[in-house]
Amino acid sequence: MTGRINLKILSCVLAVGLAGCASFYEIPIETPIAAKLDVSAFQRVFIAGFISGGTDDVDGNLETVRLLRSQLRMKSNLRVVDADVLPLLDVASGRTEAGSSQAPRESGADAPEIKNEKDLQPYEHIFADADYWKRIGEEYQNPLIVTGTVLFTPHSQAGMVQREREVIDPLGRRRVEPVREYMERKGFILQEKFIFIDGRSGAQIYSEALREERLYNQNDNTPALSSYFELMDEIIPRFLSTLSTQRVRGSRVLIK
Amino acid sequence: MPMRLLSVVVLFTALSGVAYADARADAKAQVEFGIAVAQRGLWKEAIYRWERATQIDPTYAAGFNNLAVAYEHEGMLDKAAEAYERALKLEPNNVLVRQNFELFKEIHDRANQSQNP
Repeated sequence: MTGRINLKILSCVLAVGLAGCASFYEIPIETPIAAKLDVSAFQRVFIAGFISGGTDDVDGNLETVRLLRSQLRMKSNLRVVDADVLPLLDVASGRTEAGSSQAPRESGADAPEIKNEKDLQPYEHIFADADYWKRIGEEYQNPLIVTGTVLFTPHSQAGMVQREREVIDPLGRRRVEPVREYMERKGFILQEKFIFIDGRSGAQIYSEALREERLYNQNDNTPALSSYFELMDEIIPRFLSTLSTQRVRGSRVLIK
Repeated sequence: MPMRLLSVVVLFTALSGVAYADARADAKAQVEFGIAVAQRGLWKEAIYRWERATQIDPTYAAGFNNLAVAYEHEGMLDKAAEAYERALKLEPNNVLVRQNFELFKEIHDRANQSQNP
């Protein structure tokens, strides 16, 4: 009995002593990362539209415009222009590289197949067409214009994969151990090129290419649209960091 | 003569030991005050305290570590890198400093990517 009381007193003394001697403290911090672009000259941002390709299961142009607009409304000080998405593929088909207009492709006509980066190239001249973008800029009160390309393509890969397996040892204890096994997986690759255009002059001021991919077990049957959103979750913070200062939350240890 | 020289050396060593202990105690007081204010969100004051601590005792790794954390919080990433490196030079095996530095490097790399895309 006396021994147990002594033990309790000793543990109390130890606890108080240790609290007094604590030589490190975890503290939350928020590190600001400056925006890549100085957008102070703009009050509005217009996510104009994208030339998109890849799988037919997701409309890369519409989905990307919708998602970026909603993110910018929440996380940026710029006013987001709410206008129809530009059918850039049709516009690009209807304008020559010299910038002069031709009859645009009829929107009802079969869309050209864009399956890879090479297929995008014939349309990319539209991003350098300052006259066109200046006209768009005038229409929407000289905003910062965001456009570019979106390629969302199916992808599969076979190879050794490390995964975790739960095992129960002879004493009935659960533990997790890594196992390497050969697997065939399928998924998607999302490649986005964001082009930022000054709506006052129509000139490109910055561009950034981002790429993300996800692979799933063959049995998972992940729909293309949910995979697209998963991949965009990775891309959006990097897109936003172009326009506004981002604060990265974390914790560090202070030492005595 | 050799005895006199020896006693001078011993006296000098003892005095410098006392001076070192004094510097460490002063620096430690600054570091502790800095921690208290940082925990209340007063990071500018914390930076002042930890800068003082590292001036008083430039061999005190904790001062440099804490200073690095505060610089990081204020977005002064180059200064933070320098302070972490000083802390690690003083205590290369300090796991806490190393852990902070590793976390910092991830952010520093991201920020560099932003500035040099």
